[in-house]
Amino acid sequence: MAIDCLVLGAGQEVGKSCVVVSINGKRIMFDCGMHMGYTDHNRYPDFSLISKSGDFNNALSCIIITHFHLDHIGALPYFTEVCGYNGPIYMTYPTKALAPLMLEDYRKVMVGRGEEQQFTYENIIDCMKKVTAVDLKQNVQVDKDLQIRAYYAGHVLGAAMFYACVGDSAMVYTGDYNMTPDRHLGAAQIDRLQLDLLITESTYATTIRDSKYAREREFLKAVHKCVSNGGKVLIPTFALGRAQELCILLDDYWERMNLKVPIYFSAGLTIQANLYYKVLINWTSQKVKDTYATRNAFDFKNVHQFDRTLLDAPGPCVLFATPGMISGGFSLEVFKHWAPCESNLITLPGYCVAGTVGHKLMSGKPTKVDLDKDTQIDVRCQIHQLSFSPHTDAKGIMDLVKFLSPKHVILVHGEKPKMDLLKSRIKSELGIECFDPANTETVSFPSTHFIKSDASNAFIRSSLTPNFKFPKDEITDTPSLHVCDERVSEGILTMGKGQKVKVIHQDELVTMVGGGKTEVEFGYCFGLNLCSLKNVSKEVRVSNGDDSLLGVLNMKLSDEFGELGVRDCKGSLEVNSFRVRVCKNDDCPHRVDRDELSERLECVFFCCNWSILDKSIAWRVISVMKNMDL
Amino acid sequence: MYTYTCLSQSRGYNLPSCHMVNLSGFHILFDCPLDLSATTIFSPVSTSLYEQTFTTPSSKKLLDSNNLIPIEPYYKTIEGVHLWNVSLIDVVLISSPMGMLGLPFLTRSKGFSAKIYATEAATRVSEFMMKDLVAMHMEFKQLYGPQETNFLQLFNWEELEALPPSLKEIVLGKNGTHLGSWMPLYSAADVKECLQKVETLKYAEEACYNGTLIMKAFSSGLEIGACNWSIKSPKRNISYISSSIFSSGVAMDFDFHALIGSDPLIYSDFASTLGSDYANALEFNSDDDILLNSDENSEEMEKMEFICSCSMDSVKDGGSVLIPIGRLGIVLQLLELFALHIDSFDMKVPIFIISSVAEELLAYTNILPEWLCNHRQEKEPCIVFCPHWSLRVGPVVHLLHRWHEDPNSLLVLEEGIDTDLALSPFKPIAMKVLECSFYSGIKLEKVPQLLKMLHPKQILLPDYTKQLFEPLSKSLPCLFYTEFETLCLPNSNNLSELNIATNLASQLTFSKMKNEELSISRLRGELYLEHGKQYLIGGKEVKGLETEIGLLVHWGKVDLESLVVELEKVGVKGSFECGSNVVNVVEPNKGFIEVKETSVVISSGDESFGLLISDVVLSLLNGI
Repeated sequence: MAIDCLVLGAGQEVGKSCVVVSINGKRIMFDCGMHMGYTDHNRYPDFSLISKSGDFNNALSCIIITHFHLDHIGALPYFTEVCGYNGPIYMTYPTKALAPLMLEDYRKVMVGRGEEQQFTYENIIDCMKKVTAVDLKQNVQVDKDLQIRAYYAGHVLGAAMFYACVGDSAMVYTGDYNMTPDRHLGAAQIDRLQLDLLITESTYATTIRDSKYAREREFLKAVHKCVSNGGKVLIPTFALGRAQELCILLDDYWERMNLKVPIYFSAGLTIQANLYYKVLINWTSQKVKDTYATRNAFDFKNVHQFDRTLLDAPGPCVLFATPGMISGGFSLEVFKHWAPCESNLITLPGYCVAGTVGHKLMSGKPTKVDLDKDTQIDVRCQIHQLSFSPHTDAKGIMDLVKFLSPKHVILVHGEKPKMDLLKSRIKSELGIECFDPANTETVSFPSTHFIKSDASNAFIRSSLTPNFKFPKDEITDTPSLHVCDERVSEGILTMGKGQKVKVIHQDELVTMVGGGKTEVEFGYCFGLNLCSLKNVSKEVRVSNGDDSLLGVLNMKLSDEFGELGVRDCKGSLEVNSFRVRVCKNDDCPHRVDRDELSERLECVFFCCNWSILDKSIAWRVISVMKNMDL
Repeated sequence: MYTYTCLSQSRGYNLPSCHMVNLSGFHILFDCPLDLSATTIFSPVSTSLYEQTFTTPSSKKLLDSNNLIPIEPYYKTIEGVHLWNVSLIDVVLISSPMGMLGLPFLTRSKGFSAKIYATEAATRVSEFMMKDLVAMHMEFKQLYGPQETNFLQLFNWEELEALPPSLKEIVLGKNGTHLGSWMPLYSAADVKECLQKVETLKYAEEACYNGTLIMKAFSSGLEIGACNWSIKSPKRNISYISSSIFSSGVAMDFDFHALIGSDPLIYSDFASTLGSDYANALEFNSDDDILLNSDENSEEMEKMEFICSCSMDSVKDGGSVLIPIGRLGIVLQLLELFALHIDSFDMKVPIFIISSVAEELLAYTNILPEWLCNHRQEKEPCIVFCPHWSLRVGPVVHLLHRWHEDPNSLLVLEEGIDTDLALSPFKPIAMKVLECSFYSGIKLEKVPQLLKMLHPKQILLPDYTKQLFEPLSKSLPCLFYTEFETLCLPNSNNLSELNIATNLASQLTFSKMKNEELSISRLRGELYLEHGKQYLIGGKEVKGLETEIGLLVHWGKVDLESLVVELEKVGVKGSFECGSNVVNVVEPNKGFIEVKETSVVISSGDESFGLLISDVVLSLLNGI
């Protein structure tokens, strides 16, 4: 059995996330995203690599979508409605609720830009009908052998990491995640799992970020300064996620500073999104959740809907407008009006795709921006770049990899040089196999497999019986507080024709094969000179009593075999199965060399017997005893 | 082996059953409800009553004029739970909000250390119910004063015996065993402490106890957050089905797929059939679809439509409607329905939900009604939802006092309570009383087909269903339990599943058994238990243990003649006398070999010589 991991997107790049993993015969597609940077066939993953014939229903067991961002879900309607995939699709409840908004928004932008539309509004609706929504930590049985489970990922509302297991093999695909909580979302959370494979994003493969509060304060200061000077603030953002986070931040600040300057949301999408956030409050951070009964954090008191006529109205204001990178739409329209005035402020998100107005504003301090051949805009306003990101940093990635300690790691969703650095860190610091395949490459390795067998109760019981040892302290010769309980399971594995493998206790085997157990034992009875025994311990007054003879022997043996434990049983000494006693029987069957010894005077006979298990110990003991006889 | 004890059988929606299972050495308690219907023996709180009680001259008045007990109520817990040593309980599994109402009594007991699992939603709903109960009970405290009166000490035995029969049965139980189950109500602090001990789960989330038990909750359809349980251990998979509803109007549907193939299946959902005589013999439907295509929900909707239209009639006649129903799912559906009706009749009828926790509760269920109000209206007709269905605590008492003589008003009660007793303090009653019953379990005729589909190795059913299910025992392996009787059930086989690491398995050396198609190998490794599964992995060698011994177990018979022949082959000469069992070895060394029934004893004074002989002996035996 093996795991094959085919990377169709986000291999050594950011965009069109799509990984197809075959795990013990099941094939799962994780994410089905599109690339914002392309308009040709490169915008979608190369689905033909999954199935040449295009029979995706038989080629895939299921699709799992981690969150609603377009680079993770953008190709889904195309894949289901145009390519014809009809199998199961899983995503969390919020993702299912919010994804159609994102997809429809994107479709409209495409149409607005005059591009050929890849799917229709009906396609989106039909596609979403095929989706099964899942809750966090809920175990979903996709089929008899494949089980999946979602874990909270932070990143955006509803973002999840997905665990999948087939038989004894298991893996986690993280999607995008954040290891530190923000204003409205909690940090990613996952159980300690036994994994063959972890596929993790690596957007910030080498960056270590400091506290967020300083950057938040900077942002608030910039906004406050602008509005108190009568300026207008334009915050281009995507409808979901960042908009809500900044809004919580601003609304809270407005309350504290008792500001009356209006905050506006551009109509439509964002308002609708806020409604969803209110209902899906269970997926936000603990702090937001705890207070919802008294005040829903997404009930923004100071936020109003924007009216187009307010565009050139006098006085300060703050406006949230989509899309985030000022690539078109309403945010571009506002930009045209507000950019020429130097009292105004425009905030930019941390990342803008090349070619967008946002990208142009980020590079250097442009005084003019060309919108197209004929339109040029003077930029005199202030620019503030936001630097908080909902992705984990390098420390977070390392922490997660270390916590899960999978057998293999695959890095996706990052930039090649930085991924290489992270890969070598994971290999050297954590000793875990790590790969960063490019798009269309496949990584393969064997999967974990256990042999299934039946174990008998007797075997399990014998394995669970404590095996305490009290090793003696070498110097003081007293038992120390150190106790060993090293258990080794000993059993017999049996395989009959057409029967399940069975593990039993050795005593059960004898009954199973129908014979009686036969012990193989040894016996030896020999004589020792009494005088020499007395010499061994001068301090002890040795009488001729048998007990005291054994006492002397006990002292000697305890010296030599202390670690095995010499037991003094009435009339005999025992070391494991070895047993020695004083023998008065002249016809003892174990007295082998009777003739030579019978002549010696003051001779005491010791009769020993032992099991074959202790054959070497027995002879060591006998040789110690014989050496006492000088 | 595992044991099973039923501590109390279900008596409908408000009193789920209570069971104790000992599995893999762990004691698991299913549900810890509170018998709130027993509260009807106490006088309700009301100002008029206050006068009645305290103007009477007699100092010790045991019963008021309605034959009810006029003191601060005690609450009746499940006595079986208290007979148990609470410190022995390892796990408590909650299957509905009602199954949690008695939990604070348990969690505040000394020595309680069990882990409690419940769904997130059931915990929240139950929290509201418990807080509401504590808040409503405060009225009694205000009436009777802060000092606690132990109601049982007020009565001597003769007085208890002399109680009216209906009261007596509630106080004492059928055999007089229930006396110990009466408790003063828990406090808000007890509730808080109890909730802190609950580990909340999502549906189908795995909870692992002690590495051994894997527990999962699956929607039962009865109520928001209500669930059935599946428990997996290395030896057996138990399923527990509490009251369930195939398709519910509000809660998630009954999810039974995960409960297939359990051993045993504890089926305790007979709440809806209790007391009713079922005349027809039970049989299997041939079609599983009939099971799933459920008509329960449409029947429920019809009942609710009926309640609505009756209510509208009352309102039109200028009366008010009082609905003291505690079932959240029903309340939510009725609210929606009322809104529709009121809209369609173009009427202005206020709907009130009066409860200390109503606002929070509704916020929780994501209903944002504009009809919330904490004031009590008097004149204008209105519809009021309020606790509590026992008609002894809460706003319902005051409203009943106000409305009970108004023939235009309507009281909607849920079946399952002794209506005569419940209404006794409000007599004479002129208002209309509508008794309705909602499904609180699977229809009896559907049970056989469900059980067949779930394909359990064994089914545990309550004894009163014996007549119904015994005829089906050919295809349903049923076992019947009686309250308080512990069933000891041996394991069907002595085996449990073991996962052997491949690297360990690849090192095994097999030997074929003579005359048998059986290969055996010695196996040595470390056994560990993780997440309910047993694993054997290649372990480290332990010091002091002999590893070179080779064969450890031997069996078979040694025949003296072949022994002598085999000895000769290695140059050892020996002989035996006829009838003797001892081989006398003379060359190259002296020695004896005594062959007994279960052992062979080799006597020799030389280590290597002894081993030489033992090798010969072992070659004649089977061994591993």
